[in-house]
Amino acid sequence: MEITPAHYTVLSAALFTIGVIGVLVRRNIIIIFMAIELMLNAVNINLVAHAQQVENLVGQVFVVFVIAVAAAEAAVGLGIILAFYRNKETVNIDEMNVMRW
Amino acid sequence: MPAGFSTLDFYFILPELVLTGGALLLLLLSVTVPKQDGVLLGVTLVTIATTLVAVSAFAGLDETVSRGLLAIDGFAAFFKVLALLSAALTVLMSAPYLRVEGLKAGEYYFLILCATLGMMFMASGLDLITLFIGLETMALSFYVLVGYLKPNPRSNEAAVKYFLLGAFSLGILLYGMSLLYGATGTTSLAGISAALSGQETSAVLVLAVILVGAGMGFKIAAVPFHMWAPDVYEGAPTPVTAFLSVGSKAASFAMLLRIFVEGLPALAEEWKTLFWGLAVVTMTVGNIAALTQSNLKRMLAYSSIAHAGYLLIGVVVGTERGVASMLVYLGVYLFMQLGVFGIVTAMRRGDIIGDELKDLTGLFKRSPVVGFAMLCFMLSLGGIPPTAGFMGKMWLFGAAIDAGEIWLVVIAVLNSAVSAYYYLRVVVFMWINEDEPAGSPIAIGPTMAVALGVALLGTVVLGVYPQALFEYAQSAASTLDGITSSIALR
Repeated sequence: MEITPAHYTVLSAALFTIGVIGVLVRRNIIIIFMAIELMLNAVNINLVAHAQQVENLVGQVFVVFVIAVAAAEAAVGLGIILAFYRNKETVNIDEMNVMRW
Repeated sequence: MPAGFSTLDFYFILPELVLTGGALLLLLLSVTVPKQDGVLLGVTLVTIATTLVAVSAFAGLDETVSRGLLAIDGFAAFFKVLALLSAALTVLMSAPYLRVEGLKAGEYYFLILCATLGMMFMASGLDLITLFIGLETMALSFYVLVGYLKPNPRSNEAAVKYFLLGAFSLGILLYGMSLLYGATGTTSLAGISAALSGQETSAVLVLAVILVGAGMGFKIAAVPFHMWAPDVYEGAPTPVTAFLSVGSKAASFAMLLRIFVEGLPALAEEWKTLFWGLAVVTMTVGNIAALTQSNLKRMLAYSSIAHAGYLLIGVVVGTERGVASMLVYLGVYLFMQLGVFGIVTAMRRGDIIGDELKDLTGLFKRSPVVGFAMLCFMLSLGGIPPTAGFMGKMWLFGAAIDAGEIWLVVIAVLNSAVSAYYYLRVVVFMWINEDEPAGSPIAIGPTMAVALGVALLGTVVLGVYPQALFEYAQSAASTLDGITSSIALR
């Protein structure tokens, strides 16, 4: 069987869905963050597959930007999570209850 | 497509370069003279002022530069002015707040300038990649700013929530963008618009519209993507909340208009239906949830959600008049919203946090001038004449009636009536004279006085003489490509 760009878009959709479900059901902040990274990587696969399909390189350039932003976000995000951990000694979002309705 | 850059590309991003230079200088100064808060404040304000001058030097141009990546037009200029004005007012009201909280000023101002830089690119980007980088420049700065009170659990929690939901919404937005790229083979808005014209609407395109709409919905805090807003607004340092609710919202609306009006006119029917629904639930849920709040910042968060709902009416209308009235509303909103948050910031002193409604008791007696300013801002937020808020709403609703969106206007007017209740409740609290431990007058420093003065002046003057803003917004809206002056499609 030949692997076509369409197969990659299906893979990307599956990864994206797994990422969204992960964000919604997991309670550990770090794991939620990993699920978000999974979503971004689904986007990357989609972009590369589409770049192959439409035969230009813009999609691959886009991927480089997404990777760079994801790295910057990881740096900032882990810093924030660390600051949170120092005060609360937990990374469970059910413990985030200082503010409520 | 010619390779390489020309010097012209750098010429047209002069305002952004000035801002970047100022921000870097500030970072340098924050290491060499970390204790000189006055110097840091001065450099920040001079940078913003110089950038504003550079932006106005390009006023009246309508060019596409950097090989189609950036627009130097009236629309971009309008939003750049909004971003810079809100940054300047935020910086002015931050100075005393930073002193009270004992925070480092250098990095704080640096992050404010970085967020402003992102907003400026969101206003002028003509390519999905440029817009997304602008959005992230802004968002990453805000993640740090929201958590700037490191020992404070509320600030920590707000930062974590904002970061997680912001990153989640970015994933959704990017997935939508990747679908758009797949369907059209380009990331330039003009290219997307050209590729889609005359093409059949497919399920993939509708999905892309929904995903991009949802991603932007998070940024403007539209229901049902608003869950982060109350917590983040409450937990963040108050001046950051102010900047978040004005600057970030305005820039996100600029990006939303660019993508949908300029890039996706072929799918106007789909996205207008989407935003119609979002507008209705956003204003209704925002206003109803605001009714029961006892925390002032939290109430203002819901009120700002409701205002996003009103602003979406302009997107639904989508004509030149609709967009122009949105710009007017954003201009008015800047003054009244920053004014209110300025007062909430000023109430933070010693060991009083001052963001509860009951902290306002007896304000009229304690500080009559501040009380009067608060009264004006509340009347304006509620849309009661003769304030600026009334003019903004009148124009926005007028544009919607013009486009035949009668039901939307009926719902919006009913919502405005509901909102009057909780805005006036704040005024009632200011009249009550109980013996409060917080019964001392509110000290307003010189920078805070300037910020509040400008906000008050804007709120009052635009209510009496809104003509200049109308005309400016009209000319700005007309430069948006793909805008129609006729009645909308629906």
